[in-house]
Amino acid sequence: MTDLLTRRQVVAGISLLGLGALAGCDPRSGGALDFKYGKDMSNKILGRSFKLKDTQGNVRTLSSFWGSMPMVFFGFTQCPAVCPTTLARAAQIKKLMGRDAGFLQVVFISLDPERDTPEVLDAYVKAFDPSFVALSGTLEETAAAAREFGVFYEKVPAGDTYTISHTSTSYVFDSRGQLRLGLSHSLNAKECAEDLLTVMEVC
Amino acid sequence: MLRNPVKRTLAALALIGLALPAMAETTVSDAWARATVPHQKSSGAFMILTASTDSKLLSVASPVARTVQVHQMTMENDVMKMGEVDSVPLPAGKAVSLDPNGYHVMLMDLNQQLKEGEQVPLTLVVEDAKGVKQSIEVKAPVRALNAEAMSGHQHMH
Repeated sequence: MTDLLTRRQVVAGISLLGLGALAGCDPRSGGALDFKYGKDMSNKILGRSFKLKDTQGNVRTLSSFWGSMPMVFFGFTQCPAVCPTTLARAAQIKKLMGRDAGFLQVVFISLDPERDTPEVLDAYVKAFDPSFVALSGTLEETAAAAREFGVFYEKVPAGDTYTISHTSTSYVFDSRGQLRLGLSHSLNAKECAEDLLTVMEVC
Repeated sequence: MLRNPVKRTLAALALIGLALPAMAETTVSDAWARATVPHQKSSGAFMILTASTDSKLLSVASPVARTVQVHQMTMENDVMKMGEVDSVPLPAGKAVSLDPNGYHVMLMDLNQQLKEGEQVPLTLVVEDAKGVKQSIEVKAPVRALNAEAMSGHQHMH
């Protein structure tokens, strides 16, 4: 009797371990993470249900990126300052990550679907790195995605046209789609890469 | 446009032996514009301005864009804000950087794609403390879309 129980317990223990190994994640991973530079967002539920199209017209959701480490950034191609510097930083981060670089998936979400056609978006992000993905939607879908992430944006009139003020944070999810890290625009590539390795260690 | 007359005036002043500090002179260095992809309708231009006397940059014009404005980028709680400014102060002798992290020139409604290696002509209007306006012609080489600013905290080499 006692023998049997013990065996059952052992079997149960083994299968639990097996599950853990399958998920490939550290049991600590549910809790907060200690980042050196970025902001821990492990307890934030953001960006779970956006639904947008990539430049080939495929519908993409957060689950499309499971198994990789998505780094999501909102912007617009006519942005002269923050957007190109953030994308250039992302390309530099990939270089710094060396053989782990393939794990990072940079996702650029357009806040300007009226002007950012799929063609412009595709050429734009690929000028920084051919692996970068750009997503866009209708005005309503864009607003919904921004709301999902708590991203602020507003059009600012400029001459006959407009520019856009917007949140410049890059949001990083782990490979199971849990939000982990917020990277501020002020951090450099090396600082970001260090924090990204912390995300990779847990999941 | 005014450059040569200014130089001639300076030369004339020097010739007649007047050791006046003469007119305000503003120099421009490291000018560049960011390349665009086809159908991208706006971009930015950047440079370093140094005025010999307290002055301000009033405006910029360029044949490549229908609208050219001087904008300031500010960060508030990680929200990037953009807005046009009336002028950029150029304190005497101080190098003022127009870069992706602060003041910059917005080239909007571009007439053409800006390709790496090309040159973008810019006409700057600078006014000194006495209200004298000087116009400066600059040729800004187009750098790759992913080019980083030569100055600024993110530059690591």
